[in-house]
Amino acid sequence: MTASMQSSVGNPADEKLGMNLTLRIWRQKDPSVKGKMVTYKVTDISPDMSFLEMLDVLNEQLIMQGDDPVAFDHDCREGICGMCGLMINGQAHGPQQTTTCQLHMRSFKDGDSIDIEPWRASPFPVIKDLAVDRRAFDRIIQAGGYISVPTGTAPEAHATPVPKADADAAFDAATCIGCGACVAACPNASSMLFTAAKVTHLGLLPQGQPERDDRVVNMVAQQDREGFGGCTNIGECSAACPKGISMETISRLNHDLLGALRAGARPKS
Amino acid sequence: MKKAVMAVSGIVMVLYLIAHMIGNLKVYTGRDSFNHYSEWIRTIGAPALPEQTALTIIRVVLLAAVVAHFWAAVSLWRQARRARPERYVTKKAVAQSYASRTMRWGGVIVLLFIVYHILDLTMGVVNPEGHDASPYDRLVASFSNPFITAFYVISLLLLGMHLRHGIWSATQTLGQSNRRRERTVNAFAIVFSTILIAGFLIVPFSVLFGLVD
Repeated sequence: MTASMQSSVGNPADEKLGMNLTLRIWRQKDPSVKGKMVTYKVTDISPDMSFLEMLDVLNEQLIMQGDDPVAFDHDCREGICGMCGLMINGQAHGPQQTTTCQLHMRSFKDGDSIDIEPWRASPFPVIKDLAVDRRAFDRIIQAGGYISVPTGTAPEAHATPVPKADADAAFDAATCIGCGACVAACPNASSMLFTAAKVTHLGLLPQGQPERDDRVVNMVAQQDREGFGGCTNIGECSAACPKGISMETISRLNHDLLGALRAGARPKS
Repeated sequence: MKKAVMAVSGIVMVLYLIAHMIGNLKVYTGRDSFNHYSEWIRTIGAPALPEQTALTIIRVVLLAAVVAHFWAAVSLWRQARRARPERYVTKKAVAQSYASRTMRWGGVIVLLFIVYHILDLTMGVVNPEGHDASPYDRLVASFSNPFITAFYVISLLLLGMHLRHGIWSATQTLGQSNRRRERTVNAFAIVFSTILIAGFLIVPFSVLFGLVD
């Protein structure tokens, strides 16, 4: 038995250790300059690392060398905050349908070359490297993604019955974390799936009814103002969505939008 | 709003295509019957109505639908370009169908085809037999030429794909789809487009293979 075979038999994890990868990363100093892809090498990457941990390893390397670390957004690293999001080899959040923080290096092979880019849409300007400004989503929410009720103690749950099917569909839509993968993946850079998830979430529940018409017209008007593209029902958004928000929400938004316009609702200017 | 315009104008044109396809099949009832059908379209309601009344209405509605559809498409196209001025270095398509990818350029080719088609068989100016020939003779003359037939076949296949995505997209845009119906809508779009295009294609092939002459 050779030494390498012995070690792989003795400890199966050893065999997987030490992935060597070539990374091509979008580097852009600030919004005013033009960026470009820069190639880096990382070695000894564990398959159990998350994608962001792999980038942490790269950044430690860069800092040791006195280089500028790669800027990227992240927060909870549990797949629930929606802060992280990278275009990995041409797919939003990479080859698995999950968030970038929940993507693990076991999805890649030793020797792989990985292209990493920021979300690309004019309403999501690059701040630095891989970090983009997604406040356009906040402004869409501000345009109607809320219900106007006084806060206070939680109301008695049985006071407002909700059919189980509606509650389930509303909750499916409510799982949207606003990461922006839908916009990033859409060939039109449309934010339709995001807006549709918010409109569907509130529109299916009794608490969302008083503002239902105004909500949809104002949120759609705001996403147009932000400069997102128009939806042509291609379906890349839903396939990239880490929460699997369905195309059904888009149909529901359109249904509400046409109904609201017929009922005379007009966006606030 | 422009997407509702896109959906509704598309539906108007699809309704016309159904009638057009069924009308074409009249070619199998013979030269006189086909020419008579063509004459009848021009004289619907005569003598109470002036000649070409119905035809003029159809033409005006269709022209309006084409213009509206084209306007909506161009404006969505421009909006998409503005929304992503900087392209990805690497972009992978995961879910999109070939049909959805060819909507824009396919639509442009279909539009050019329609212009040619009208010059060829409606007005006869580019027809091998010229505009003095009867509708039946013009049809046979065009489809006896393999190059013209090939152009028709390619354009019709593109149109079929355009409809396959268009029907699904219109259903979404008009808010009539949901998770339960999604499969049905897509299946209907495929079956409907296939039948419609097959109905159109059977005529040129019949001429090319000498079944109609």
